[in-house]
Amino acid sequence: MTGLRLWGYVAAAGVLVALIVLPQSLKPYGIALLSRWAVMAIAAVGLNLTLGYAGQISLAQAAFLGIGAYTTAILTTNGYPFWSALLLAGGLGFGVGWLLGYPALRVQHHYLAFVTLAFMTMAYLVFRNEAWLTGGVFGINRIPRPSFFGWSTAKPLTYYYVCLGALMIVLAGAWWMIRSPWGRAFVALRENPRRAMSLGVDIRSYTLLAFAFGAALGCIAGVFFAPLVEFVDPSSFTLADSLGLLLMVVVGGSGYFFGPLLGAMVAVLLPEWLRMTQGLYLICYAVLVMVLMVFCPSGIFGLFDKAVRPFNRSAPLAIGKEARR
Amino acid sequence: MAGLLQLLVSGLATGATYALVAIGFTLLWQTSQTINFAQGEFVMVPAFIVLAAMRFLDFSLWPALALGLFCSLLLLGFLFKRLLVDPLLKHGVLPLVIATIGLSILAKEVVKNYYSGEAQRFPALISGDTIPLGGAVLSVQDLINLTVAVAAVALLQLFLARTETGRRMQATAQNRTVAAILGIDVERMILYTFLLNAALVCLAAYLITPVYLATYSIGEGLGLVAFTAAIVGGFNQVRGAIVGGFIVGIAENFTAVYVSTQYRTAVPLLLLVAIILFRPQGLLGRAEERTT
Repeated sequence: MTGLRLWGYVAAAGVLVALIVLPQSLKPYGIALLSRWAVMAIAAVGLNLTLGYAGQISLAQAAFLGIGAYTTAILTTNGYPFWSALLLAGGLGFGVGWLLGYPALRVQHHYLAFVTLAFMTMAYLVFRNEAWLTGGVFGINRIPRPSFFGWSTAKPLTYYYVCLGALMIVLAGAWWMIRSPWGRAFVALRENPRRAMSLGVDIRSYTLLAFAFGAALGCIAGVFFAPLVEFVDPSSFTLADSLGLLLMVVVGGSGYFFGPLLGAMVAVLLPEWLRMTQGLYLICYAVLVMVLMVFCPSGIFGLFDKAVRPFNRSAPLAIGKEARR
Repeated sequence: MAGLLQLLVSGLATGATYALVAIGFTLLWQTSQTINFAQGEFVMVPAFIVLAAMRFLDFSLWPALALGLFCSLLLLGFLFKRLLVDPLLKHGVLPLVIATIGLSILAKEVVKNYYSGEAQRFPALISGDTIPLGGAVLSVQDLINLTVAVAAVALLQLFLARTETGRRMQATAQNRTVAAILGIDVERMILYTFLLNAALVCLAAYLITPVYLATYSIGEGLGLVAFTAAIVGGFNQVRGAIVGGFIVGIAENFTAVYVSTQYRTAVPLLLLVAIILFRPQGLLGRAEERTT
């Protein structure tokens, strides 16, 4: 067990070094892809808190990505500094996510999926129709990349390091949170809400918190997304994108700390690996998702987990079925 | 007044086809806890099978429709249950939801890549024009859709309530264990439900695509509408799905005219959220395990 954990740290460190060193030799396109991965991973980590740890399904993560991206676009194109967008978007995400959590107190599972799905569709309609605020279908152009203390991040490589840094800070925060009493309360909520309640966990506040944190991270991902693509329009924040984020979490392994990172990697890079097959990558992805669900609903990380320690756990880790530390 | 009548008829016609899709959706949920996120795509697939049969195999309309029905029974009924639902049921609701999301992407992409990404004209079952009625102009297609869909729903109700197989299916839906104890072949009944769903979506496809054109993305809106109708009416009631379908169809048509076309899709969703929050069991549904 300790040996495995050690190897885990070594692997994580190796990946981090690769993420820092490798892009130096990549073409701008590769750097853009990796930056996109880092941003999407932030949103997926947030969704993993809500779905993987607290067990509350949300089909609205792209809406929060959109709220963050539009906040940044509107503020920075009007001359406000980047950090103000970061603060406002994070706060907005937390608040709206908290409110979206209220239905989760009344209904669960598929009903909750539909409430969040409705919210997603509304958010998209607002992005598209309220042209005075969001630029309508034409979106908002020329979003500047931030500079920190006079250090400009306009170059793709520099901005990639900004995204990577943001991801690392988010990961550190999530790591701390999952190990804190809050994280344990989330897992208790997922495993058995009644028992959690009987043990004195305030399941009401924790359900709302799970949504609020997931949403806030979605918005923060949006804050970094907008300057990355330098252009936002409603077509990046549709229900399909929310489903895409959900698939990232599940494919990687929901409830596994590094699951969403791997899932985001698959979702962002798979289209490039399958580039020669033209439009077929989505077909391959869809088949992959179905096969994975049939044979290992706990995602790629779950598959790995089963292979490494086959006798440790009797049942496979289904989504929302078994606790993870 | 004439405009109102016109809207009501077209609302009822769309509502009736929505009801077909929603009934299939609730039937699957009742018998096997399958929330089919690909239900909308299930409507799109038979339409394209028919189009492909006519284009590549030179079938005329009616044989093509028959082939479409056969293929959807096989693909969307039998194979869907055997290959996807059966192995996934033991993992709980969520993995199956994710898998059907995958299935919906697959269906859309296959049609887009191998048939066409453009909207396709779909031949009407019975060609017709419009009928003037007291100042209102009613489209024949709408009237046909309404009649056929209502007839199908009535037949289905008769089947479920009066025939032995139908009653067995209801028993299976209400309580699987007790049904099995009473000697009902539960697995077979579930399979029948899947076949029934395949037939319903196929019928819905044949009714709806002549009006809205066949596109690979037609299922996105339809699936949403089916969920909405099922929830508005009550997830555990076939009658609920029918009422829900009509309510959503009428609400959609009326908001498009009287409120705003921009937010047309939002109205059924607002309805949905309100229903979920204030009456989670639906308008006609029974209260049962909603929240665990």
